[in-house]
Amino acid sequence: MEELLLRAVCAGLLVAVLTGPLGCFVVWQRMAYFGDTLAHSALLGVAISLYMEVSLGYGVLACGIAIALALAWLHQHHALPMDTLLGILAHVALAGGVIVLGFVSHAHVDWLAYLFGDLLAVGWQDVQRMAIVTAVICTILLFCWRKLVVIAVDQEIAGVDGINVQAYRVILLVLMAATIATAIQVVGVLLVTALLIIPATTARNITRSPRQMAFAAIFIGCVATLAGIAASYNVDVSVGPAIVMAAFLMFSASLALRTR
Amino acid sequence: MNEPLLTLTDASVKIARREILQGITMSIADREIVTLIGPNGAGKTTLVRALLGLQVLTSGSLQRRSALRIGYMPQRVRINEHMPLRVIDFLMLDGSNKDQALQALDESSVSELAGAQLNRVSGGELQRVLFSRALLRNPDLLVLDEPVQGVDLAGQADLYKLIAKVRDDHGCGVLMVSHDLNIVMAHTDTVICLNRHVCCQGNPDHVSSDPAFLELFGNRYADTLAVYHHHHDHEHDLHGAVITEPGG
Repeated sequence: MEELLLRAVCAGLLVAVLTGPLGCFVVWQRMAYFGDTLAHSALLGVAISLYMEVSLGYGVLACGIAIALALAWLHQHHALPMDTLLGILAHVALAGGVIVLGFVSHAHVDWLAYLFGDLLAVGWQDVQRMAIVTAVICTILLFCWRKLVVIAVDQEIAGVDGINVQAYRVILLVLMAATIATAIQVVGVLLVTALLIIPATTARNITRSPRQMAFAAIFIGCVATLAGIAASYNVDVSVGPAIVMAAFLMFSASLALRTR
Repeated sequence: MNEPLLTLTDASVKIARREILQGITMSIADREIVTLIGPNGAGKTTLVRALLGLQVLTSGSLQRRSALRIGYMPQRVRINEHMPLRVIDFLMLDGSNKDQALQALDESSVSELAGAQLNRVSGGELQRVLFSRALLRNPDLLVLDEPVQGVDLAGQADLYKLIAKVRDDHGCGVLMVSHDLNIVMAHTDTVICLNRHVCCQGNPDHVSSDPAFLELFGNRYADTLAVYHHHHDHEHDLHGAVITEPGG
């Protein structure tokens, strides 16, 4: 029981570290729809992993990144609006996922865990994978931070400054896809956007600079995760929804504390 | 004479098969203030973006002096409502240190805004903050897209004085896009009148008497200019058309 809890805490905190700063970009660039839609397409990753009998976590991750790259490519070369492309690609991936699942005779998908996450089913292998993904994403983010922030302020200014806006947009999409694929395991497909948006928006209410906002979002995400796991352990509620509710309570409190 | 800061030669831009700019040839020299005027939809912003290298040319060429540093003040920045960002941090985002950022703010006389949140400053203040940021790069060329938009009349005159002062202090070229002809003309070396192609270009006196200019803006503007410069080189008939003076 103890170890089960420890694994859940490790996985939850790793995800909070990821969703904090990436969530800031979701709020700054109004990408909430991106998070939502991309999460739905995770089913294709699940189905392909089952079909090819590879690790579920890596399958979902690879699939998410592939869809993000396809999105970026179509957006650049066919000048279609991002939300339209997302609506097409992500839902085709969802439909494809259901079809592929039909071909897997031994398929047993725990739908509740898929939709709302199952943190308590996380194994050490999952924690290890999340740690690797978190380390890689955070390193890339640290190197690109200033440029990504300039782009979030204004794309034209960034372009004149000599920043390759297109390239950094692709990087951000891929980081976002990898984060979503990782966070799905904790809160599930339906709640993943909440984990991106609520801590970041809460942080926005009480901070004065982009960096402060990112760190505050991480902190708030960690507190929500710990509170959610504690609640789940003591009163037997679902972990994912408990984390989201804990984050929402902090958001409500932050409205009263607004610095601006 | 020095090589121009940048030169555009026979440049055309098509966006979604619509011809936005055709056969544009122009250049900007050291310390020259060039003002771009033209009606809405004339392609002013597209031309600026082409000069900045943000808009790919369909044909023609853009030559920049090597290692040209451009300071750019965009037409309007939709400052991100959801990002907490102080003015000073905004200026330091391009890698400048705090002293440089404060000095740039001081030069635009808005140093008291350093600690303010960027999304809380007024329109006129924001223009000056953006102007400071353009100065920070110690530019060879300042590009200002409608710099006085949202600024009250007194502020407009101040801003134009500031631009002229910066040109003198930094010795940089200036490219401006503008609507209000009469104030601008007084502070400009060269006017380029754009309507998808270059209708006419030259010094303000020359342009204000050009038939192409009159056709584009009507005589009302031409009169304002003419009055401003106290220099008439043509007359108008009762319908407002230009009467060229014989031998003028």
